[in-house]
Amino acid sequence: MSPLAGYLMVAALLFAIGLAGALTRRNAILVLIGIELMLNAANLNLIAFWRYGPHPEALTGMMFAIFSIAVAAAEAAVGLGLVIQIHRHLKTTDLDEMNRMKG
Amino acid sequence: MSIVFWMISALTLAGGLAAVLLKNLVHCALAVTVAFAGLALLFLQLDAQFAGFAQILVYIGAVAILVVFAILLTRNSETPKEGGVFSRTWLAGLAVAAAVFAVLGWAVLAGAKGLPGGAAAAPAVTVNEIGRALMGRYVLPLEIVALLLTAALIGAVIVAMHETLNVNGNGRAK
Repeated sequence: MSPLAGYLMVAALLFAIGLAGALTRRNAILVLIGIELMLNAANLNLIAFWRYGPHPEALTGMMFAIFSIAVAAAEAAVGLGLVIQIHRHLKTTDLDEMNRMKG
Repeated sequence: MSIVFWMISALTLAGGLAAVLLKNLVHCALAVTVAFAGLALLFLQLDAQFAGFAQILVYIGAVAILVVFAILLTRNSETPKEGGVFSRTWLAGLAVAAAVFAVLGWAVLAGAKGLPGGAAAAPAVTVNEIGRALMGRYVLPLEIVALLLTAALIGAVIVAMHETLNVNGNGRAK
């Protein structure tokens, strides 16, 4: 297996783990953690393709990963703020109990 | 493939698995921090020093702390009382995740011959060049990210703020 294929397989496994966490856990914070894992797996793909692809000096993949890290940080801040507010409102972070959209 | 790569990969995947499977939320947060650290090491292995250190600063320094804060602020939900930690539809979720992994793994293995392989020379990229690229070619995305971060900061504060006014505008202490 070439190094690039190894990195891609690790990223695919990490993405699947994050997806399983986001789809199966009941706690909203754990769902956010799963989403963060998926975003990180995508970043690993970007960096691996930057390293082994043609023209690494153009920095395209690296820039993509850096901007993706910044967007993921913004997403985490807003998501956790939402979870805290929902907890204050409904006194739970259990997603199975959040079954109505009316406040 | 070097032994170091496999060791770091095993550490990262173990951290991710523990974060998804553990019962106590604080343990999950610590496990996901391990996974983030492993990813930073993988970035360093790929000669992407800047991205690796940005990963450490942003994820271990900020996102992990934010997750711990959120867990402690939603204190009574740390370990659910009844029904376990997984949702009622966990089997469907697991099936979807397995199917996605099957497709991704098949695509990687089927396309492995076409991938640029071998030991490419490490690209010599300095932080100086990254800074010049950010200020030159990528200055517009940089400005948009700055705007996005400002909006996210204000939005997170407004969303998480105490509700002191109700719909009619009458003051209501919580």
